[in-house]
Amino acid sequence: MKMTITEKILARASGSQSVKPGDNVWVDVDILLTHDVCGPGTIGIFQQEFGRNAKVFNREGVVIIPDHYIFTKDEKAHRNVDILREFVKEQDLPYYYDPGTPAYCGVCHLGMPQHGHVRPGEVIVGTDSHTCSHGALGAFATGIGNTDAGFVMGSGKILLKVPETLRFVLNGKKPDFISAKDMILRIIGDIGVDGATYCAMEFVGEAINDLSIDERITICNMAIEAGAKNGIIPPDEKTIEFVKSRTLKPFVPIYGDEDAPVLKTYTYDVSTFVPCVAKPSSPDNYATARDVKDVKLDRSYIGSCTGGKITDFVMAAEILKDRKVTVETCLVPATVEISEQLISTKIDGKSLLEIFVNAGCEPVAPPSCAACLGGPIDTFGRTHSDEVVISTTNRNFIGRMGSKEAQVYLASPLTAAASAVTGHITDPRDL
Amino acid sequence: MNQKNNILRAKVYVAGDNIDTDQIIPAHYLNLVPTIPEEYAKLGSYAMAGLPSTALPFIDETTGRTPYGIMIAGRNFGCGSSREHAPVAIGAAGCKAIVAESYARIFFRNCVATGEAYPYESETLLTSEFKTGDEAEINTEEGTITRVSDGAVFKLKEIGAVGPVIAAGGMFKYAREIGIIKQG
Repeated sequence: MKMTITEKILARASGSQSVKPGDNVWVDVDILLTHDVCGPGTIGIFQQEFGRNAKVFNREGVVIIPDHYIFTKDEKAHRNVDILREFVKEQDLPYYYDPGTPAYCGVCHLGMPQHGHVRPGEVIVGTDSHTCSHGALGAFATGIGNTDAGFVMGSGKILLKVPETLRFVLNGKKPDFISAKDMILRIIGDIGVDGATYCAMEFVGEAINDLSIDERITICNMAIEAGAKNGIIPPDEKTIEFVKSRTLKPFVPIYGDEDAPVLKTYTYDVSTFVPCVAKPSSPDNYATARDVKDVKLDRSYIGSCTGGKITDFVMAAEILKDRKVTVETCLVPATVEISEQLISTKIDGKSLLEIFVNAGCEPVAPPSCAACLGGPIDTFGRTHSDEVVISTTNRNFIGRMGSKEAQVYLASPLTAAASAVTGHITDPRDL
Repeated sequence: MNQKNNILRAKVYVAGDNIDTDQIIPAHYLNLVPTIPEEYAKLGSYAMAGLPSTALPFIDETTGRTPYGIMIAGRNFGCGSSREHAPVAIGAAGCKAIVAESYARIFFRNCVATGEAYPYESETLLTSEFKTGDEAEINTEEGTITRVSDGAVFKLKEIGAVGPVIAAGGMFKYAREIGIIKQG
């Protein structure tokens, strides 16, 4: 039977010859990811259900990356990291990235690939909806709750329904000033925030092959914004090269059958794409940047697992080089590695950091999830009033960045940087 | 609220389409850990705190619990985050069932896995059939919800593949029953 890449991975992990959409299968999990917001509750469930002295299913299969509420005075946030620390010590877990130490890495969805925990063909579950990011490297990856995660922690297994696949074929050459963010916002705008509910979103085609690994992560990261179970991009030479540069662990890439049946195929010519935004307060509220050029801004925010990668900062720096921002511009690199790359990456002899300082941006924040999800009251970049923000993050729900009265427009780093210069939403082609 | 045998009778709270998890429990309350009993109760007192300021309050400020035992909603209820704090907050507040036209996947699964709130799907959109404060009665055996004021009956969908998990009382009990994990 012909199978998609998602079906083949789930067949492999459930020990079946073949699976089909709708089958409920027990799947062996390769990696369980958790963080400071859901880790303590997951550990609580694990200990309640498997016993105080139980051991995790595989020490190397549990990756704990605190990243949400790190740079805050909130006492409970610190208490939660302490719960993780104690558990890691008790279980002797090798993959823990402790805040305040050289091991700290920042946002889990970029820490995972950077530290070699994402490998093609594997099954990754995480207590964070953006776990779907890891499909960018050809893994099956999906977000789960604490109870399921507690179950996985003790058993190494999860009951999954094999999803139908929606295939997105992106043909053509990407025009200048278009990024992966414009592609995924366009797709979500077309299919809606529940357009892929329960489905796998598989991204293929020339325009996907042309994307860097970072840009592929942007696409898969936002699959959940259309309700998908997972986003996935078939591995290619770029994937293999990236993964081999990050881990010595062996892995077996899995490829789908090209003629495997799918629920629906959507075909796009990306050469027709234009810079766009998602207007408040839903990621599917698509508009071209030019359509909303009259929207005046209070802040531009560049950060998060979706929009705080080194490629995002390079795009922003290309725009901000030799220009000045006119609104508060917050920069939050997702990981420590990316923070360091802001110094080592140069454009015309100037580091990205110098470019941002010269442009008048706020001092670069330490890496974490920061204001992408609002967070504790003292979180960097959080909204507190009726601010109008353009942001490279992935959600613009009411109150998402803190205040319910704030208005958040999602956009690419190019559009967010161009808008920072003019103070109103600006198509980067018009700058 | 009355709950006997297969009948759940309670006041309803009516919400709209695409109620996301940030509206169900805003992120600054995610420092609370659901498995710590006093924090579980606190989460309940913040349920639906992220709804727009114009929305009717879901929680009675004096008790920290909800007077509404049933939530009625439109499409894609619980979209967004995987935070299990969301179904926990609704359940901890005292709301025992949600009747939505459809659900976001992770939220639905978290309801099933935790047993905090029963996620029913309605066959038709019910947000215009009920208003907040109306009395309703869910009959689990017949798969219906009734508007008590005039006896109008609306069909609920079959629960489907997760039925055995719900019947067993959650994911752990189900997995023990079928021998995936050892008896606890």
